[in-house]
Amino acid sequence: MGFDQYHEPPEELPARTRTFARLCASLTEEAEAIGWYEQRLAVEQDPEALAVMRNAQTEEFKHFAMDLEFLLRRTPVWRDIARGILFTDEDIVEAGEEAEEGAGLGGSGGGGPEGSLGIGSLKGVAT
Amino acid sequence: MNHLLREKAPITEQGWEELDREARERLEPALAARKVVDFQGPHGWDFSAANLGRTGDTGEFEGVSVSRRRVLPVVELRASFTVSRAELDDLERGAPDIDLDALDEAARRIARAENVAVFHGWAEAGIRGIAESCKQPTVAVGEDFNAYARYTAEAVETLLRSGIGGPYALALAPDQYTGVIRTAEHGGYPLFDHIRKILAGGPIVWAPGVRGGVVVSLRGGDFLFDSGQDLSIGYDHHDAENVHLYLEESFSFRIATPEAACYLAP
Repeated sequence: MGFDQYHEPPEELPARTRTFARLCASLTEEAEAIGWYEQRLAVEQDPEALAVMRNAQTEEFKHFAMDLEFLLRRTPVWRDIARGILFTDEDIVEAGEEAEEGAGLGGSGGGGPEGSLGIGSLKGVAT
Repeated sequence: MNHLLREKAPITEQGWEELDREARERLEPALAARKVVDFQGPHGWDFSAANLGRTGDTGEFEGVSVSRRRVLPVVELRASFTVSRAELDDLERGAPDIDLDALDEAARRIARAENVAVFHGWAEAGIRGIAESCKQPTVAVGEDFNAYARYTAEAVETLLRSGIGGPYALALAPDQYTGVIRTAEHGGYPLFDHIRKILAGGPIVWAPGVRGGVVVSLRGGDFLFDSGQDLSIGYDHHDAENVHLYLEESFSFRIATPEAACYLAP
């Protein structure tokens, strides 16, 4: 396997960024797997095979959510924006614009995290 | 532009990147409290108090009974430092070794202050620390580092008896931390690894500002750190030689389950 998750020379990246990139790659893979199972489930006729694949897809839901939560904990601005969009019944686009505004990024386009070092939670980070 | 006024500083984008990177590198190893408590937020600079969900003073007003809500105000920590403008100019020229000692020192100060507030409290700010609030019997520790596995096991057993699940973390004062990582038990087995097994895989955390050690459950929901503004670098003023900056954060800290920790007192 390669190291495709890196777009910059890995040796120049700090450990924190390498970890972040790994989890981003993992998140992508989980989302892909969810999509693949969705397609398989749509065409499969065998009930036993369907049950197995539904179970497998449920696992991918869990993995995706865990990856996402890790990344949100490490990225306060992302977390702020996600909090305004996820698990609401509002119009998704409106919630997105409001969340972006609320995070201090001033609407579409966005900017930096307004001077924050973005350290946030370090729970689970080894010394 | 927000209240940090970074755009007002005579610092280039590359300069800010270097300052932020250096600050992050210095802060993260020293921010021990954040490795063991629940970090909530950041809620923003305008976040002023955490809701305690309780009422304080009660009485009567104009014929109706009244009560007053209690909240825990956030505290603002600021550690000032200066950076030489000549050093920042050298950074632009490609110098890889610019002098950021004052920033490093400020990072140490503010990380230590955060740790002391969380682990040992800050009475004037209304913050009770984990060690002083702990309801479990204190474990008295001595000079012999070989005994730290026993101290840790005793603390973990106390927590288990109270129904406090793991994994657990052990936050250790720097001297104790150094003693533990240097010690091999009889048979050559590293004490560090032995203690981590006792902690159910949890970390041993280097904790500047902590006196002795604190064993803390990592199960969540017990120790709540509410961040207003997370650690940031702001601009104060500049003169011909130096730029005057500061590291700043705002937070409150409260304990939901004082039983979820055990203090190892020196």
